[in-house]
Amino acid sequence: MREEMILEVKKLTKRYGKLKALDQVSFEVRAGESIALWGTNGAGKTTLLRSVLGIIPYEGEIEVMGFRVASQGKEVRRRIGYIPQEIRFHGDQTVWETISFYSRLRNVPFSEAEELLSDWGLDGIQHQRVQTLSGGMKQKLGLVIALLSNPPILLMDEPTSNLDVNARYEFHLLLEELKHSGKTFIFCSHRASEVLKFADRIVVLKSGVKLLDGKPKEVKDYLKGETLRRLLDEGVSVLDFEVESKLR
Amino acid sequence: MNIQSILIIAGKEFRDAKRSRWFLIISLLFAILALALSLLGLAGLGSIGVAGFSRTAASLLNLVLLIVPLMSLLLGAMSVASEREQGTLVTLLAQPVTSSEVLLGKFLGTASALTATILLGFGLSGLVISWYGDIAELRSYLVLVGFTVLLGLASLSVGFCISIFAHKSTAAVGVALFFWFLFLFLSDLGLMGMSIVFRLPPKYLLWLTALNPPEAFKLAVIGALHGGLEVFGVAGRYAMDVFGDWFVLFLGGILTLWIFLPLASALWLFRTKCTD
Repeated sequence: MREEMILEVKKLTKRYGKLKALDQVSFEVRAGESIALWGTNGAGKTTLLRSVLGIIPYEGEIEVMGFRVASQGKEVRRRIGYIPQEIRFHGDQTVWETISFYSRLRNVPFSEAEELLSDWGLDGIQHQRVQTLSGGMKQKLGLVIALLSNPPILLMDEPTSNLDVNARYEFHLLLEELKHSGKTFIFCSHRASEVLKFADRIVVLKSGVKLLDGKPKEVKDYLKGETLRRLLDEGVSVLDFEVESKLR
Repeated sequence: MNIQSILIIAGKEFRDAKRSRWFLIISLLFAILALALSLLGLAGLGSIGVAGFSRTAASLLNLVLLIVPLMSLLLGAMSVASEREQGTLVTLLAQPVTSSEVLLGKFLGTASALTATILLGFGLSGLVISWYGDIAELRSYLVLVGFTVLLGLASLSVGFCISIFAHKSTAAVGVALFFWFLFLFLSDLGLMGMSIVFRLPPKYLLWLTALNPPEAFKLAVIGALHGGLEVFGVAGRYAMDVFGDWFVLFLGGILTLWIFLPLASALWLFRTKCTD
């Protein structure tokens, strides 16, 4: 593995009974790169992220910063912050209890966690119950938890899919800040605007198979081809892609 | 395996259980019933004295047989299934912890909450008995308390195993209720039927009875109260011939196996299955 390589996925296959959710997917990610996993529902994006985290069994090989996910999952997860599609916490806990629990699991002093809360504008809601937070606040809290122990890699599964326009805009600003700080992003999104804004490279998945791996411009050029156009349906529609490109 | 991670998760589980309305209601119900049975058992004699404890213990035994396996099976069955359903399990597993640490932490926390509930119920009832009864009965009372904890933990362990398989908490609750029914009623009826149809020799009858956690609990407590198992007829006499005074330990061993074997299976299943 070359030094700058932060993630290497080799022939990743995941089966659920007879169904192949991922089929021989391979790609690499360099430090500081931002990779978008793009595809429709059922393309295998979430399965891929969960495999990288090592929380589901799989076939093939995944290495994160030199650690093998299958046998050194704990070391891998120490280096990854994860934001699931719909972030859920134990609703009857307060923000303080939630942060305290995860910071102890990540072996982070609570003073650092408090600092992080304050940096991301959550210091005024520490004693509020998590279930009373708005979607945007919950997502921000999810981001703070993902950033505890300052992991170099962030995995995000449709991080803005449940947010309204304002919350999404605010979340994008936070992500931009993190991207500039040198974090490596691997994220799934249906939104072309998000993909174009944050991705240095796009990995296109269809029914568990990797169709494409290239820069946004290359992917756009490919999308003009009829073959690929037919392979992708409305979730990643060409129209959406092009309209969003113009708005960029 | 990191003990600190297990303890952090266990602490959170314990606090969650304390806050759970459902758990509080059951705990309160258990404490009130145990206290009421103790008072009624003693008062029903007309005079308070040595004989009071056996009657109270018999009532408490029936209360434990009904409530403790039910409470423990449900607690266990809800543990992983409800976290999976709510989506909190993924966030937890995405932290630098192993699936075994998560499951052991959850088990330890829930087991502590359950044990605290049992000790609270028996503590109140013990106070009443020791106030009016005879301190000489303490040993039998401690056997009852100890075996109740063992029965609770064994049922909790089975509940955890159920929880790994269930994708929805409603399904987990359904399966847990089925196991409760199976343990309490079907095994008794089944054994009675089998012993008549197959003319089971005492050896098999004893093993088949002792292998059922509530039955093992019942045998141990009644045996401790009566100073032997003769009250159970041929199978009881056979048990006394084979194990002598060690039968309480033998039954304790069976319940301990019921704690560790389902928990080990749950750990193995959780490691191979995780959030699938």
